[in-house]
Amino acid sequence: MTRPRPGRAPLLEVRGVTKSFGAVAAVAGVSFGLHAGEAHALVGENGAGKSTIVKMLAGVHRPDDGTLLLDGTPVEFGSPADAKAAGIAVIYQEPTLFPDLSVAENIVMGRHPRKSLGRIDRTAIREEAERLFARLGVRIDPARPARGLSIADQQIVEIAKALSADARVLVMDEPTAALSRVEVDRLFTVARTLRQEGAAIMFISHRFEEITELCQRVTIMRDGKHVSTDLLEDLTVDDMVKRMVGRDLDALFPKQDVEPGAVVLEVEGLVREGVFRDISFSVRAGEIVAFAGLVGSGRSEVVQAVFGVDERDAGVVKVGGKKLKAHSSRAAMAAGMALVPEDRRQQGLIMDLSIERNVTLPRSRALAKLGFLTGASERREARRWTERLRTKYRRLADPVGTLSGGNQQKVVLAKWLAMAPKVLIVDEPTRGIDVGTKAEVHRLMSALAAEGVAIVMVSSELPEVLGMADRVLVMREGRLVAELPRADATEDAVMYAAMGQGAAA
Amino acid sequence: MTATKEATVSGATTVHSGRSWTANVFKARESGIVLALIVLVAFTATQNSRFLSGQSVRDILLGTAILAVLAVGQAIVMITRNIDLSVGSVLGLAAFAVGSLMRDNPGLPVIVAVLAGLGVGAVCGLLNGALVRFGQVPALVVTLGTLYAYRGVSYFWAGGQQINADKLPASFLDFGTASLLGVPWLVLIAVLVLVVAGIVLRSYPAGRELYAMGSSPQAAQLAGIRVGRNTTAAFLVSGALAGLAGVLFAARFGTVDAAAGTGYELNVVAAAVVGGVAVFGGSGSVWGAGLGALLLTVIGSALAVLDINQFWQQAIVGALILLAIGADRLVAVRVQKTLSRRSVSQKRDAHV
Repeated sequence: MTRPRPGRAPLLEVRGVTKSFGAVAAVAGVSFGLHAGEAHALVGENGAGKSTIVKMLAGVHRPDDGTLLLDGTPVEFGSPADAKAAGIAVIYQEPTLFPDLSVAENIVMGRHPRKSLGRIDRTAIREEAERLFARLGVRIDPARPARGLSIADQQIVEIAKALSADARVLVMDEPTAALSRVEVDRLFTVARTLRQEGAAIMFISHRFEEITELCQRVTIMRDGKHVSTDLLEDLTVDDMVKRMVGRDLDALFPKQDVEPGAVVLEVEGLVREGVFRDISFSVRAGEIVAFAGLVGSGRSEVVQAVFGVDERDAGVVKVGGKKLKAHSSRAAMAAGMALVPEDRRQQGLIMDLSIERNVTLPRSRALAKLGFLTGASERREARRWTERLRTKYRRLADPVGTLSGGNQQKVVLAKWLAMAPKVLIVDEPTRGIDVGTKAEVHRLMSALAAEGVAIVMVSSELPEVLGMADRVLVMREGRLVAELPRADATEDAVMYAAMGQGAAA
Repeated sequence: MTATKEATVSGATTVHSGRSWTANVFKARESGIVLALIVLVAFTATQNSRFLSGQSVRDILLGTAILAVLAVGQAIVMITRNIDLSVGSVLGLAAFAVGSLMRDNPGLPVIVAVLAGLGVGAVCGLLNGALVRFGQVPALVVTLGTLYAYRGVSYFWAGGQQINADKLPASFLDFGTASLLGVPWLVLIAVLVLVVAGIVLRSYPAGRELYAMGSSPQAAQLAGIRVGRNTTAAFLVSGALAGLAGVLFAARFGTVDAAAGTGYELNVVAAAVVGGVAVFGGSGSVWGAGLGALLLTVIGSALAVLDINQFWQQAIVGALILLAIGADRLVAVRVQKTLSRRSVSQKRDAHV
């Protein structure tokens, strides 16, 4: 339970709240308080109920039971407008922008500044956006439409939106998942300033280093229930993990030693004008090869071109010695290649379709008997893989859209793993996934490699790259600048290659 | 991390040009329509000089006025990612109601007729809005239903009777033909509607919220916009404007029966789409919709003057809609490509 400092009541208190969707209690009897001038971390596995708490604070969901107290008085939020009016700003896990409107207008929507006759003051809007972007240290043109912004930029606009509201309570639901380190640093600088000005901050992240960096207090949730609330200095990361998972976690990087087999994937002289040049590499059966580099160095673009989602201007891709047709993901899949994309929710799932259908979609032909899909074989396959990834769901027949964000990601992974590919390309395999599942994904990748699958992994998490890869390929500005075997791949060596000499000096 | 600090100096995120892409697209769309208009008028005028005679221009403007008033309402609804198919029936019902009112009370001033039309339309629109909002049924289905329902009410009420010009008071008929400083009243009213709607959509929070709702309904909800109330209001305005169009219709033609305005809804949607109002909401302007109405009316009139079969008019309108949608897709794909290429080549953030 909370240990309020004497004479200092929480600014916002969650008291015994419960929220059920159908028969499943997403949140059951959770209590904690957010104090002014304090950053409070909310941690738990995917599906632990964190986002449901956020949505109750935001006025999207109304608690079935329990109360929210603002300055000690019970409040009821009937709509997001009420929560906003009470000074609660929320940055959601997934950006919620208006693609057709300008970035500046996205920021002020709902409380436009006015001039004479109640008209909107466009100059003031633009100036406010420019001021906020300057504070965040980014250069985004306030007049451009939000459509086409990268995920990171969209998230920055979300942050600007929350800042512009002059919130007393700032709730951030995994704001850093898509951000680079530099952007995270800027966000934290701003968050600290807000905190010192007396705002209460609630922060959700799967990265413990970020939590320890920003927060003073932490609430741990498991399966919708409150586990503990403590000052962060009283806890170690191991304690947190244990309480989150409810069991001891095996090694996070369970890399098995595999004797590599024959070359499965060969890439020669791959070029895409203005994006990457001269990319050549090969991957053997049983090998895990990781692409490291800065965001924007072209890693994702390379694997997308290899898989044939994107066009390529020159170069050859061979699987098992056979040349693949360019710009044809169908040919790549027929040759036994699978790609788990970076933006899994958008590119990997059909939200209205059931979980089992989503898992078995790429294999629906193989599973069909006499051309018909039988429910039983689909369900069996789906159950096997979702259980292996410990996905939380009510029924396999539920639409994927009803799952929590992290669990949706697991379904995408399950879908591609169920294909039993020869070459598996995974872009950011564990982004947005909780620590328990991370280990599970790593174990799966390692097990697949041991079964003879050639694995290509793009990852921005250095520990993951170093922990899982047999070889590390480092990219900088669209070129392969280094190839490091496992023994030589240290944090320094990868960083040095990724940043180039000038920056590392 | 010393390396990270170094990178901060050059650590700009995406940088983009100062012009708004959407603004450019709209400008391109609107100037395209203006260009098509000029070519069409010039060509038709060389073939038949009567096309630019006072009477012909007058007919075109009067026809445009009614269609434009409807198109403004349609644009407002479409911007919120909805559609109002009942406008033709609302026009008919309002025209018949106002016609009956003026026939039975010849002494009433014209302003009462206008207010009555607006009122009838507003009630119909409010019903549409309430059904969409509380029934959680797509607007396409709701307004398809009310299209038949409102028309049914007209037939039930009219019972086959027709209101003829000789039964209507002269003051009301004058309103349909009279002009102020050479500009017909109907046109003035249409321009007034356009200007007011244009200003509200552009410069007032209520207008901007409509764009936001159409652009992303979920995000609008989270931003605290009262989506349900605004949706109802959009339908109410569309209905009221259809009612107003009914008054203009009755005044202009003088003859009203239960079938007045049958099939208008498709012309109205066509005008809005050709004018650049996106069917999926979030973009477009009432100016575009007004220009679309003008273009469609001019085409109809030009074909008649050129003595071309009426069949072609429909084929041409269809082709224009396809052209408009195709152009939108093309521009969207282009913009997307340019933007993503830029962000790839310009992003150099430290992130390992």
